[in-house]
Amino acid sequence: MDTLGAYFSANALIQASYLLTAFLFIMGLKRMSSPVTARSGIVWAGAGMGVATLITFLYPGMSNYGLILIAIAIGSAIAWISGRRVAMTDMPQMIALYNGMGGGAAAAIAAVELYKGEPLSLSIATLAVIGGMIGAVSFSGSLIAFAKLQGLINRSIRFSGQQILNVLILIAALALGAMVAGGYNISATTVTGVFALSLLLGLAMTLPIGGADMPVVISLYNALTGLAVAFEGFVLGNAAMIIAGTVVGSAGTLLTQLMARAMNRSLGNVLFSGFGDTGGAAAGGGDIKGSMKSIEAADVGVMMAFAQKVIVVPGYGMAVAQAQHKVWELCQLLIDRGVMVRFAIHPVAGRMPGHMNVLLAEAGVPYDLIADLDEINAEFETADVALIIGANDVVNPTARTDKSSPIYGMPILNADKAKNVIVIKRGQGTGFSGVENALFYLDNTRMLYGDGQKAAAELIQAVKAV
Amino acid sequence: MTGIVALYIFMLAAFTGYEIIAKVPVILHTPLMSGSNFVHGIVLVGAMVALGQAHTTLEKTIGFIGVLLAAGNAVGGYAVTERMLEMFKSSGAKSGQPKRGGH
Repeated sequence: MDTLGAYFSANALIQASYLLTAFLFIMGLKRMSSPVTARSGIVWAGAGMGVATLITFLYPGMSNYGLILIAIAIGSAIAWISGRRVAMTDMPQMIALYNGMGGGAAAAIAAVELYKGEPLSLSIATLAVIGGMIGAVSFSGSLIAFAKLQGLINRSIRFSGQQILNVLILIAALALGAMVAGGYNISATTVTGVFALSLLLGLAMTLPIGGADMPVVISLYNALTGLAVAFEGFVLGNAAMIIAGTVVGSAGTLLTQLMARAMNRSLGNVLFSGFGDTGGAAAGGGDIKGSMKSIEAADVGVMMAFAQKVIVVPGYGMAVAQAQHKVWELCQLLIDRGVMVRFAIHPVAGRMPGHMNVLLAEAGVPYDLIADLDEINAEFETADVALIIGANDVVNPTARTDKSSPIYGMPILNADKAKNVIVIKRGQGTGFSGVENALFYLDNTRMLYGDGQKAAAELIQAVKAV
Repeated sequence: MTGIVALYIFMLAAFTGYEIIAKVPVILHTPLMSGSNFVHGIVLVGAMVALGQAHTTLEKTIGFIGVLLAAGNAVGGYAVTERMLEMFKSSGAKSGQPKRGGH
């Protein structure tokens, strides 16, 4: 916004600072894409945010400084305290929550501009409206995603004709939006209608999606918020917002696709079907022969202590049982005995791709002992023991063979190829998808029943006793 | 900023975002999503300008909410990302494992 058509020094300083911010953001994200430099990446990006925020106080034509400071203080305090306290297992929903706040802020910017009722150029008004709508959808949708993962909403609400209803809401929102953007009707009522319908759309789109698919949805809303921020950046003539928003928009879109691919789902499938629901999926057919054979912890302890190579396959169940610390303690004992230990992480272990790595890192497991699916799958054949703890669907060989199974085609960890497979499991139930696991019935598989944390503690004793 | 320059910025930034993420290992997906979530917290500066230039009570109220939410996005995003990344460390020399190069 070339305010007054003149560049005073304040303006030049602001523009230079925003340029610096954009540089720091991009470098920060770049550094965050390698585990070696990741820690410094967030610090770079944080510095960029600090510079941009401080310099914005010098923005020409501003007032309401008191209100700005109070709002920043309240928002920051709530977010800082919640962000510091949240358990690592709850990280996905916190990301959803903070993301939703960003979307809401983008929508608020659009609302302030549009409620002014001043005639805007067609391109600016269009960007303001679209950015505002996307922001509002991201806001309400992310709040639903948060509520679902937090367990505040347990049901996925579905009814016939739902998709049609959603399309109708979208069309109505776009129609009102077009009236505002085109300058035909810029009354406060119409503007309110645009935002109300957009918020409703976010709710209606997200409510039917099941918990297992939520990470993909959160990632999508993250990308959408980025786009909304970029659009509002155009409206305000703010280069830092355009660049940062667009970078997040495109990076987030790619990340969403990578996640969907890792879960063997297409994005359309996630948004428009209900497989991710924990209760709704039907168990696949398929004949599973054999029976589950149990084993005692002492025997497993001996087996692992004298193994050359042990591969641990952790799942979200391990994190729920808070067993990761015990498991790492067990692995350290084995490493001290000269056993080679690796952790095999399926892309969707945990609540979202990469979540399990965070949970293991929290327990102190160095990242170079952790391998992802492509790296580790060939190694199972040479492993003496594959220790499955809290994982189920991601090691189910049915995904390779049974076309009728809902998880057919999903890349899995080839734990069944190990000489011995030990499964630590609470009971005999099925996994997240409700599919029976053929791995549990194999001849080389033994079941160690019990709570993850208790079982790991028993194994520690057993290895120590060898 | 003229429209066409803005479009150039948009296009180049889109390619940049794509290139940054293209080679990220899965182990960093969650922190990276959180980090990019933090980056769009830059919406804070826009919200500050919107509130700073608001006049009526309605505009001020919405602007206030906008700044509050944006500050939450930025600060919360930073807090959780930093916490996650802080925990990533290499085994170094102390374990008996052969050290593989960084990803």
